[in-house]
Amino acid sequence: MKQSFSRKNITALLILVVSVILLSVMFGLIPPKWQKTFITACYYIIGALGLNLIIGVSGQFSLGHAGFIAIGAYSVGIIFQSNATIYGFALGTALGIVITCAVALIIAIPTFRLRGDYLAIATLGFSEIIRIVIQNLDITGGASGLSYLSFEGINDQGMFIMMVITIMLAILLIVNYVKSSHGRATVSVREDEIAAEAMGINTTKYKTVAFLIGASLAAVAGAYFGPMNFFIKPGDFGFTKSIDVLVIVVLGGMGSLSGTVVGGIFIAVMNTFLQDYSEIRMILYALILVLVMILRPRGLFGNKEITDIWKKKTKGAE
Amino acid sequence: MVQFIQQLVNGLSIGSVFALVALGYTMVYGIIKLINFAHGDIYMLGAFIGYFSFKYIAGGYGGFILALVLAMGGCALIGMLIEKVAYKPLRNASRITALITAMGVSYFLEYVMVYFFGAERRTLTAPFENTVFHIGEITFTLSTMIIVVTTIILMLLLTYIVNCTKMGKAMRAVSTDPDAARLMGINVDHTISFTFALGSALAGAAGVLIGLHYNIVEPLMGMIPGLKAFIAAVFGGIGIIPGAMFGGLSIGVIQTFASGYISSLWQDAIVYGLLIIILVVKPAGLLGKNKKEKV
Repeated sequence: MKQSFSRKNITALLILVVSVILLSVMFGLIPPKWQKTFITACYYIIGALGLNLIIGVSGQFSLGHAGFIAIGAYSVGIIFQSNATIYGFALGTALGIVITCAVALIIAIPTFRLRGDYLAIATLGFSEIIRIVIQNLDITGGASGLSYLSFEGINDQGMFIMMVITIMLAILLIVNYVKSSHGRATVSVREDEIAAEAMGINTTKYKTVAFLIGASLAAVAGAYFGPMNFFIKPGDFGFTKSIDVLVIVVLGGMGSLSGTVVGGIFIAVMNTFLQDYSEIRMILYALILVLVMILRPRGLFGNKEITDIWKKKTKGAE
Repeated sequence: MVQFIQQLVNGLSIGSVFALVALGYTMVYGIIKLINFAHGDIYMLGAFIGYFSFKYIAGGYGGFILALVLAMGGCALIGMLIEKVAYKPLRNASRITALITAMGVSYFLEYVMVYFFGAERRTLTAPFENTVFHIGEITFTLSTMIIVVTTIILMLLLTYIVNCTKMGKAMRAVSTDPDAARLMGINVDHTISFTFALGSALAGAAGVLIGLHYNIVEPLMGMIPGLKAFIAAVFGGIGIIPGAMFGGLSIGVIQTFASGYISSLWQDAIVYGLLIIILVVKPAGLLGKNKKEKV
């Protein structure tokens, strides 16, 4: 704690505050169409950061992200029916995170005995079950969904600022987690599960922790989804939603947070350009997945960060 | 009781289609340990080939056999092509890399079809009149019977190929140990291609049959049945051919009963729940043994 207010940290904080202000001013200057694009990019980035923690850091392959996004979206959506202010949003988000953590724990306990592709299919199954449950409940509006989810008192610019701050907090959380002893244990699970276990690391525990954090971030992304689209329905949270997020993680690089940010912006910009050609967009997604996997199996950035450019290469650095 | 038998008949007919698709999953998984996510879309391509064949080439029983042959041949070629282009470069990559690629291929096939043929549903012109038979109070349609009979013939054929031909022997050898098989002079690449061709041909046939059953084809029709067929393969024990047949029929029957006796809204959730239970309780599948006997 001594070092919390060191000069380095205060400088970093100042840079963050200034960049939030700069970003929001710039946001006010661009045309509305592009404002939408950047809000979408932020939403993608928040979800993809969570998935990157699960796939890139802990090495577990989850295809269940859509389910957690759905839980976040519906928590906020239901609260918004009576209270559409920022307090309602905060309450809905918190509720979404709590429910998501509970569900993720239920998913994690049985499925983390499985490995690799089996885990992917099991999480996919769970995510579809979440969607079907939502579709059959009354409080969620069934198959027709929930509408009128506009934010009272917060315009697009306000939402953008909230999202940018969320992204910064999420990156801070993940970076600190990865650098902590827990994080190192999680990375060791990714590198070699058997060796990690032999070193006395409780692999199930660290996989579960990473999964819970990642799922919570998905719920936060989902919380923004409703106010962003004014409308949610169970069909929005199908298998394709998980793939959308996966494409960003794979493209940016599994394990690279800056890669995820770049990937999220790239996909959102691409979507805006291809708005009227949704088939071509999907074909491009498909080609990105296949080509990146064949040519650069760890993604464009691999597990490197943009900040690595300024770092000196030291022996044994990750 | 009548309702029970009626549901059983319906379940077996849809289950035999799942079984045909599941066979492809199980063979490919057995030989290169890849969940071929695009397999459901090959089934969709088969259904489209059937649709075009009925519409533009011929109807009638001869037309049906022609459509079956065309779909099986076409899908076998496409399956081999996909293996060559997308999966072969990744043969030594991690399984997650291969799985992501397979999902990419699946998306590619789906949206290329949407791009060229539109996303809307198309109604299939039935090649022959779908006569309804009654035995007591139980009704069968002609298409149900054709589906079941075709499936049985194809399964017998597959069993013969795998167990009694040289290629089948090579397939079994490669799935047991690819390196040892290579040392014994087996051309592993050819064998893998052949496995893809065989699995895709069965999926193509399943596509034509499902066209007869529902009379509808659309580019995204392969996703959910593909997933269910995969569940069927896991249910019976992935990598085991009789397991896929058994699993497919079971999933078909379970799904029909779930929708008949519980609720059609929950039928998919029940099937996915079943998958998770199987994975957790007996990951090797119901017919799976610790002794590895895979193709």
